[in-house]
Amino acid sequence: MTDATQAGSMVPAKSIISVDDRTKKRHAAEKRFQAYGIAAIATGVFFLIFLLGSILFNGVTAFQQTFIQVPIYLNPMTLDPEGNRDPAEMAKVSTFGYAPILENSMASMIEAQGIETDVEPDGLDALFSSSAAAQLRNRVLSNPDLLGQTIDFNILATSRVDGYFKGRVSRESIARDRSIDAEHLDIVDALREEGSVVKRFNLAFITGSDASESRPEQAGMGVAMMGSLYMMLVVLGLSLPIGVFASIYLEEFAPKNRLTDIIEVNISNLAAVPSIVFGILGLAVFIQFMEFPQSAPLVGGLVLTLMTLPTIIIATRAALQSVPPSIRDAALGVGASKMQSVFHHVLPLAMPGILTGTIIGLAQALGETAPLLLIGMVGYVATNYPDGIASGFMDPNSAMPAQIYEWAKRADPAYYERAWGGIIILLVFLFAMNAIAILLRRKFERRW
Amino acid sequence: MPLFWLIGIVALMAAAGYVLGRGRAVSGVDGDRRRLHSLPSYYGMNVTLKVAVPALTLMIVWLIAQPIFVEMRVTGMIDGAAISDSRNADLVMSDVRRLAFGLDRAIDQGVLTSSEAAQLQVDPGAIRSTLGQAGVALGSEVTEQVLRAAQQYRLLATRGAWAMSVAVLLLAGGGFLLAMRQTDAEFRARNVVERAVHLILISAACIAILTTLGIVLSLVFNTVEFFRIYPASEFFLSTTWRPSFGGGSQLGILPLIWGTLYISLIALIVAVPIGLFAAIYLAEYASKEVRGIAKPALEILAGIPTIVYGLFALLTVGPLLMRIFGDGGLGWMQASTAVMTAGLVMGIMLIPFVSSLSDDVINAVPQSMRDGSYGLGATQSETIRQVILPAALPGIVGAVLLAASRAIGETMIVVLGAGAAARISGNPFESMTTVTAKIVSQLTGDADFGSPEALVAFALGMTLFVLTLGLNVFALYIVRTYREQYE
Repeated sequence: MTDATQAGSMVPAKSIISVDDRTKKRHAAEKRFQAYGIAAIATGVFFLIFLLGSILFNGVTAFQQTFIQVPIYLNPMTLDPEGNRDPAEMAKVSTFGYAPILENSMASMIEAQGIETDVEPDGLDALFSSSAAAQLRNRVLSNPDLLGQTIDFNILATSRVDGYFKGRVSRESIARDRSIDAEHLDIVDALREEGSVVKRFNLAFITGSDASESRPEQAGMGVAMMGSLYMMLVVLGLSLPIGVFASIYLEEFAPKNRLTDIIEVNISNLAAVPSIVFGILGLAVFIQFMEFPQSAPLVGGLVLTLMTLPTIIIATRAALQSVPPSIRDAALGVGASKMQSVFHHVLPLAMPGILTGTIIGLAQALGETAPLLLIGMVGYVATNYPDGIASGFMDPNSAMPAQIYEWAKRADPAYYERAWGGIIILLVFLFAMNAIAILLRRKFERRW
Repeated sequence: MPLFWLIGIVALMAAAGYVLGRGRAVSGVDGDRRRLHSLPSYYGMNVTLKVAVPALTLMIVWLIAQPIFVEMRVTGMIDGAAISDSRNADLVMSDVRRLAFGLDRAIDQGVLTSSEAAQLQVDPGAIRSTLGQAGVALGSEVTEQVLRAAQQYRLLATRGAWAMSVAVLLLAGGGFLLAMRQTDAEFRARNVVERAVHLILISAACIAILTTLGIVLSLVFNTVEFFRIYPASEFFLSTTWRPSFGGGSQLGILPLIWGTLYISLIALIVAVPIGLFAAIYLAEYASKEVRGIAKPALEILAGIPTIVYGLFALLTVGPLLMRIFGDGGLGWMQASTAVMTAGLVMGIMLIPFVSSLSDDVINAVPQSMRDGSYGLGATQSETIRQVILPAALPGIVGAVLLAASRAIGETMIVVLGAGAAARISGNPFESMTTVTAKIVSQLTGDADFGSPEALVAFALGMTLFVLTLGLNVFALYIVRTYREQYE
């Protein structure tokens, strides 16, 4: 027993069993160093979550829109004075003729529900969007038989009412707002109790067109999506063949000479040129020099093609390199020409890699904004769908990222919600494209 | 749309040519394919190529050359009288173009017939109202000369379009006949086709050179133009940036360079430590599972478009910083758009850029060096700090330089997040502006391209191009010169 206690007290100052101070320090330094690494990754992931979270938090509400359900009596006397139910004649009654109908119907509904208010009927237009009258008119013109009936119409509420429902607008924030009063909000509250004000899925945000500054509740991404689609068609149609041909030449045919070197250096430098410089190129060459129309998806597509080319070339060359030389040798051995060995054997085997690179390049191009600013795709209010393929390429249009930028710059905070919502749509496209690229790679990737 | 029809017709001829050429070759040897020099499809391809390639090349060249030619001819019609002191030739020409475009629109919509448009008399009010019906608003008064020039412009443009259609179709037809005549059993179709494809491959590779050439030429020409009307010394040395579209602008680049560098510096201060430590952890410590999750997660940050970061800066980070450093908090910040806002968000954007490049470099250090260090009793962190990092340093410096070049060229984040005031100040909570943001603001206004206020954007673009290119070349140089060659 005593031996043991003695042995305990006889531990030498230095031992390989107990840890000395220096080693402790070194181990602590080791722990710290690891902790820095974990902290760095955690910070990065936190930023990612914060970013995606704020996109979702701010943007999801754009997919819901507030409507006021009002029974409307469509008086044939005012809407179709001739009585022929002929849409051409009825079109003479402009949207200004429909606005009072909305106001009066709403006033009578408010009266019928026993809501007391000091707001005159013609002050009720602060509650609904200025495009609501046009929507009612379109509905009547497309179906003249509705005249004389009482229909339940969902009036698109203004962005203020919409914002009040979504918590963006409060009674304090409208104190200096001339377009709506607290009394209007009282009506809205009372209507909500009656169940006449509803929030619904906002299909118009996905399919609709951009609206003017004063009607954020009507603005949608649809037309800009078409602009992006036409741009991507140009990018795909040009950058895939050019990129693949260029890579085949550089990888399979190019002799080692000056020209090849220059091309190689050029491609790697182009990949690092800031995107805005490509915008300057587009402006100076395509618009000033060749006089292509401004804001046209064709020009946007051309600029983005030049920008995506390096990405596609680099991916394609990697894909071509990964095809083993034995394939080429075998083809040559059975009598194929060099060209045949490349186009019949190497290219098909490299295709999954090429497509993956192309999709990733397209995804980059889809989100690119800066060059589009310079060729005029921002500031153009895209209100109409193009009416044909030619006009889709040549007529001024917007594009998804340009539309988001446009909304972000507008003064009305209601547009910020739209911008976030637009980002969700854009990111859905990007994630889908990247997912397809990853799936392609997983499914077709070959290890030699 | 005649152009689309033209392309369609040529494409149709090319497709028909394939079938006919192939058929002719096969029938020429009575269906005995072994007597042909090449596979039958090469004969078809030969016809297709000879129809499409020269015709479409001519079309593209014509489309580029015609406006220049028409412009030259029409500019000759406008003499000194129309170009009074306040209106230069460019402005008059843009009037002419506008009027010509308006007449086209009017004809499209049936407001005018083409013969009416050609014989239109000078009656400014009437022209204005006619074009107004077609939805074209005219800027300035229409003078006799402008109207004549516009009519001439339209005439030349229409004639040119017709001449192009005829020439393209003739060329396509000629190619078709030539190729068909060539087709017989002895014809070496494969060799001809392969030579043509080879040329097509080379020209595709040359697009990269053309793009660079286009960038350099468009920047150089306009920059020279700018320095002709604005002194270069002022541009490079003045510390005031005050463009005014009425004239008398002060366009000194220094405040913009300062803003650019300041924002980039903050971005790098955020991105480099986080990116580097993340890369070290992922390469040296992380288990396979952690790496499999954390690496793609960080790379998502790189795939998010910059407009999203811009909006994030403007609407989330800016107000957040404002709450901490603004009037309610520390009182350092006046507006939510500031150097700090843009720098912080740009830093987040650059994290994956630094981390994945450094990750590659660290992974490239051979395992034997780690083992040697462990064998001497070093801990893992000592090995990393004293063996791996020094070995990987050139690559890491290269990665940081590339990240810096990205930061300098970044546009959307600074356009939305940094503010618009050009100033030189040390306070990171003040709003400043950058070269890229000013390129956007100078070129998206309504200024005409002849004014120094618009041309300055090209000089700024040139500066940016040289700066980023220089950084890239420098990064490559460092990596190449100081790289340790293992194995």
